[in-house]
Amino acid sequence: MSLPVEAVAALEAFQAVGSWEQRARMLMQWGERLPALPAEDKVDANLVQGCESLVWLVGQLHDSHWQFAASSEARMIRGLVALLLARVNGLSAAELQAVDLPDWFNQLGLSRQLSPSRSNGLNAVLQRMRALSLIQN
Amino acid sequence: MLVPSPWRADFPAIATLQRQDQTYLDNAATTQKPQALLDAISHYYANGAANVHRAQHLPGALATQAFEDSRSKVAQWLNAGGSGQIVFTHGATSALNLLAYGLEHLFNAGDEIVVSALEHHANLLPWQQLAKRRAATLVVLPLNDDGVIDLTAAAELIGPRTRLLAVSQLSNVLGAWQPLQTLITTAKAHGALTVVDGAQGIVHGRHDVQALGCDFYVFSSHKLYGPDGVGVLFGRNEALHHLRHWQFGGEMVQQADYHSASFRPAPLGFEAGTPPIAGVIGLGASLDYLSSLDQPAVIAHEAALHEYLLRGLKARKGVRVLGSPQVALVSFVVEGVHNADLAHLLTEQGIAVRAGHHCAMPLLKAMHLSGAIRVSLALYNDSDDLERFFEALDQALDMLR
Repeated sequence: MSLPVEAVAALEAFQAVGSWEQRARMLMQWGERLPALPAEDKVDANLVQGCESLVWLVGQLHDSHWQFAASSEARMIRGLVALLLARVNGLSAAELQAVDLPDWFNQLGLSRQLSPSRSNGLNAVLQRMRALSLIQN
Repeated sequence: MLVPSPWRADFPAIATLQRQDQTYLDNAATTQKPQALLDAISHYYANGAANVHRAQHLPGALATQAFEDSRSKVAQWLNAGGSGQIVFTHGATSALNLLAYGLEHLFNAGDEIVVSALEHHANLLPWQQLAKRRAATLVVLPLNDDGVIDLTAAAELIGPRTRLLAVSQLSNVLGAWQPLQTLITTAKAHGALTVVDGAQGIVHGRHDVQALGCDFYVFSSHKLYGPDGVGVLFGRNEALHHLRHWQFGGEMVQQADYHSASFRPAPLGFEAGTPPIAGVIGLGASLDYLSSLDQPAVIAHEAALHEYLLRGLKARKGVRVLGSPQVALVSFVVEGVHNADLAHLLTEQGIAVRAGHHCAMPLLKAMHLSGAIRVSLALYNDSDDLERFFEALDQALDMLR
């Protein structure tokens, strides 16, 4: 399975960073590139439970390819979500089921963000994404 | 160093954490343990574990002796004297649930249970759910601007319908001592039972349950430099008569038939199943250790550290401290910065603090905050720990603004 173009760019960028400061700054930059979520999508029904900050996630199949959009009020989680979307947007339903997302964050050097003690919400976002993909599958 | 801790070396984990570049400032969540505790638990397991209160053999007698010695040490720590009993539970939350179920029969529709706006979920939800079960009313005492229960409002709200008052001694978010004496006196004047959640208060200074005059006092071992899995419930003799048995099985029973049973009085009657024996013995060792310290020196050290922390935070632009913390901890937010982002960058720099709602969601909601960062201190912390925190905070804010 070839990586989406955005994912290749993310991988190159994050594998090149040396320090935690660089990684954090890069996360914020990726978060800033996340397209704004329309106000009508920022509703409670799209809120991901279990995050320290408010995170909204929506996803739809377009021509049998997944297109997710998300937003958060906190910048680090917004960056993490942007990296997640870079990996999954455009995948088919079968591809989305097959993708190993913890491994994706591991490749980016961000595996600690998925540890069970982290309450930043990335785990909750992944679960929500899985739930959305099962409903519409 | 401006504020060194003479007790730091007594806690082996601090050196280990330091080697991992971790600065531990989340002590209101749980504390590191003194070597004396590690030795006591290791001694117990290495010399023969046994169940308590049921075996005539030597290991059983020794374990029971050590277990009961811990009970005496806790009673001494609280100056309970002969005024009441010490019941061991599996945590402070367990102890509060024991009360909320064991006292349930006293509540009728329309009765009032009074808590405060700053309660930790552990001292809110058991009462909230009890109120629901019995169609009783939960009354919430408001706070003043300093994060202290408003006594004028309390005088109005505690009344003839009040059956029980349950309040924290020291807020785990606001770090403010609560006016227990006045609240307890008011509640007693109306014939209400009084419960004090001492989970945070017990760790700072010594408290005398007879002087407090409360019916029940609850704390957890792990916040007081003891093992986790152990909670303490002190109950005054007169108040314990109201407490019905809640969990059944083990040595809490006196006589059992297939269709009926009778149960022991406190404390054993409320210690169903095998208690956390090693943990209770460990708590005894922690209390021995704490008793050996120069108490005024500990209090002075904690006050100096707290002052240092508070001054450093207030010197930084945009930092807003929640309430007027007096001891142990400071919670704060930074204007224009999300607490989750700040927490992320502090974690990256090895600063172990707590972010979020601190198990007091209603309080944070009432303050219109989605969360806050909490720095909480222990006797082994020193001003270098706080300097590392300040450095990391400045770096984080620099990146986020």
